[in-house]
Amino acid sequence: MSRRPTLVYWIGFAVVLALLIAAPLVLPEFWRRLVTEILIWGLLAMSSDLLIGYTGMVSFGHSVFFGLGMYGAAAALLTASPPNLWLALLYGLFGAAAAAGFVAYFSTRLRDIYFAITTLIFSQIFYVIILTWTAVTGGENGLTFDRPQFAIPGLFHLRFTPTTLHWFVLAAVAGSYLILRRITQSPFGMVLQSIRENEARTRAIGYPVERYKIVAVMLSGLFAGLAGVLYALQNEFAAPDFVFFLVSGETVIYNVVGGIGTLVGPIVGAAFFLLLREGLSRFFTEFYLIPVGLIFVAMVIFMPQGLLGFMRRWLNQ
Amino acid sequence: MGILLEQLLIQTVNGVVTGMILALVASGLTLIFGIMDVVNFAHGELFMLGAYVGVLTLAATGSFWLALLAATVAIALLGALIYVTTLRPLLGRDPLTTILATFGISLILQNYALWQFGPVARKITEPITGHFTLFYLDYPWYRVVIALISAALIGALWLFLKFGKWGIWIRATMQDRVMAQAMGIPVPWVLTAVFAIGAGMAGASGVLFGPLTAVDHSMGVDWILKVFIVVVVGGMGNLAGSIVAAIFISLLEAYASLWVSPAQAVIVSFVVLILTLLFRPTGLFATATR
Repeated sequence: MSRRPTLVYWIGFAVVLALLIAAPLVLPEFWRRLVTEILIWGLLAMSSDLLIGYTGMVSFGHSVFFGLGMYGAAAALLTASPPNLWLALLYGLFGAAAAAGFVAYFSTRLRDIYFAITTLIFSQIFYVIILTWTAVTGGENGLTFDRPQFAIPGLFHLRFTPTTLHWFVLAAVAGSYLILRRITQSPFGMVLQSIRENEARTRAIGYPVERYKIVAVMLSGLFAGLAGVLYALQNEFAAPDFVFFLVSGETVIYNVVGGIGTLVGPIVGAAFFLLLREGLSRFFTEFYLIPVGLIFVAMVIFMPQGLLGFMRRWLNQ
Repeated sequence: MGILLEQLLIQTVNGVVTGMILALVASGLTLIFGIMDVVNFAHGELFMLGAYVGVLTLAATGSFWLALLAATVAIALLGALIYVTTLRPLLGRDPLTTILATFGISLILQNYALWQFGPVARKITEPITGHFTLFYLDYPWYRVVIALISAALIGALWLFLKFGKWGIWIRATMQDRVMAQAMGIPVPWVLTAVFAIGAGMAGASGVLFGPLTAVDHSMGVDWILKVFIVVVVGGMGNLAGSIVAAIFISLLEAYASLWVSPAQAVIVSFVVLILTLLFRPTGLFATATR
């Protein structure tokens, strides 16, 4: 781990960040919105990468954490007046982490595909609850609310414009990236990676594997919840569709396409797919998922490393 | 009190009927998993496409039984095709990659069905329209017939695995793939056949279940989740376990729908799942350790 490549890495990070900061100033309305959405979905996928790429657990339950973040934010924005951004964040993150703790407690007893299937079933559980509990969640119609102001009490407050919202999302995503990167390089992250490599041996060395897994799922759920809050702020609604397991499936697709175990890869995967969707939906209208599925299957077979898999080592230095 | 008892009995019949279909779908899935470590995410879609093949054949020929046969064969062939094109290259890789690949396939198939058949639900007419009196209800004979056909198909599968030449090959492959290969068993073909059999069973259950519901492109999604619950509760790869679990869960849901709406009755099966995970994480009827 020499000094020079690290410098190159940070320069690369700064360049990408600068480009994303400048993006809303130069891009037209439609594309600016798409970039913001890519960042939000990328954050969701990145949170899932902590499990898929670093711990070796494929989660099909991230729609739950994302959705709980959304509904948590909705709850805060609908009950508190005036609507408070920080309260929305707090509620959303708390909701997501609580759901993640609940799901993790049960599903981490199982490994590999059993974990995947169990998380999938949990996403269905939450979906059914949210869909049928109409009095609180609005059922099929979901909840709509107004976007809060960006305010620091006693200092200032200003209304979110699309551009400042983009910067807010970007700050959250970049911050999450740095935190997640730090987590994966910490001793805790090293244990997670050793669980991925050889769970039995990690247990034999004396690490409480289950506890590590539960914490990993909760951390991952926390960042997925953050993505949910951001999405709620961007679109000013929460809907049960986002809790449905297809969202989890898309999250996994972003990971595999972008390259697992890279953190950046999932964002690239999200960008790749959302752009592909934009491009393809012009020719295939609502059936764009057919070519998307074909590309995905081909990538699973022929390119299991993903788009950024070749630079995994460099990104994790 | 008398009414309640009668309702309980009616729901018992209902539960067993849906349980048998669920068992038919689940046994295909668990067979595929037990023998080749493939979690077939596209199983619900095969079920759905089976129902569609049934609709088309029924429209063309007017015979339900021909439709059942056509759907079984067509979906079995589709299953073989899926296996050879996408799953065979993944042989020997992490089983998780098979979830990913079959998830992609399920996206393709589901949207293909939407594209080909449109969002309007189709209907399969019942081949047997007679009713008999079950307490105060006119109970359709067809439901009973479905349960019997499902039981017959599962029984046939069991006999085939037990005594058929290919069945014995399949069990040998399940026990030790390398050794089976060394004994001259055509393992690649056995695996293809297993996937085709599982797919064909899903296709057949699609046609059988079709008259009880509306056939549309999303019917597979509801089923795949139920089937996954059944398979986890029954112990993955455990054929008998998943059959018992299918009937058990369907009965519980049927009883629960006496008091709550069917949409909420699903929660009962979730509770069963959570309890199973808490106390018997390898499945209620698991024999082998994982």
